[in-house]
Amino acid sequence: MAESEVLHAEHRLEYPYARSTGPVIGAFLTALREGRFLGATGSDGKVIVPPTEYDPITSDDVGELVEVGPGGVVDSWAWVSAPLRKHPLQTPFAWALITLDGADTGLLHVVDAPGPDALSAGARVTARFRPEAERIGSMADVEAFEIEGGAS
Amino acid sequence: MADEQTDDAGPVTMLATPIRLDFEFTPGVAQSKFLRGLERGEFLGQRCGTCGKVYVPSRGTCPTDGVPTTEDVLLGNSGTVTTFCVVNVPFAGQSIEIPYICAQILLDGANLSFMGLIQEIPTDQIRMGMRVEAVWVDESELIPSLASVRYFRPNGEPDADYDTYKEYL
Repeated sequence: MAESEVLHAEHRLEYPYARSTGPVIGAFLTALREGRFLGATGSDGKVIVPPTEYDPITSDDVGELVEVGPGGVVDSWAWVSAPLRKHPLQTPFAWALITLDGADTGLLHVVDAPGPDALSAGARVTARFRPEAERIGSMADVEAFEIEGGAS
Repeated sequence: MADEQTDDAGPVTMLATPIRLDFEFTPGVAQSKFLRGLERGEFLGQRCGTCGKVYVPSRGTCPTDGVPTTEDVLLGNSGTVTTFCVVNVPFAGQSIEIPYICAQILLDGANLSFMGLIQEIPTDQIRMGMRVEAVWVDESELIPSLASVRYFRPNGEPDADYDTYKEYL
């Protein structure tokens, strides 16, 4: 059989899962829809963002939810020069761990920057939320983070 | 999608988390031959040169002897129901009206059965050993897929002796 006669086909395997959010993640996502970030207070007083439902040390319920951000600091980052179709941005961007103001843990998100030279550990960034009408209560309600004061 | 995730007024309680995998599949040389055969309205198998068994569809090798199957064998349109299941349970994505019969069919001359839909018979009359024949889609609708076989139906012959298919249950 000639190579050209061997068949090929595009396949798609898809499961339309939905999951319940619970009271803590649900509150976090609800706040995102409102254009705000919430963190959970742990037993050691540290603020966990995104919030966990249980305290990472004692496994008890976490404490009060407190507002953090929308600004923060880049802890570490990786530049994506050739975004894939499923990436949140279609222009080159950085994945970054961002400690929001008032938080003690890093949030993974994307930084929309003109190039890798604009980024550094310690760089100040701010969340850019989607327009209110487009927000649905999802991590993607934050379109991206931007370098504060433009590219530096 | 927004409706699934949120009630606009209330807190977020559900999150849509679809999982999707896009991939390209190639069935390889042997199964491409089988599928090209279906496109012509034929069942094309392959015989092992060592043990003589005929596989349809063939994977290109004999699982018993570990040798390539190089001889193509054109099989007929009739076969025997070796075992079956009557489906009464609805499920998501179901495309056939229940109840229906799903059967393992051993084509005449083959040494491997495959699954097929049985129609044109009340579900309480299906039985092991029943002789059936393939009903194909119209010639203009033939494609390289088992979807070219609409279903199997009784071909009117007397039931096959158990001994002829007992190795294929």
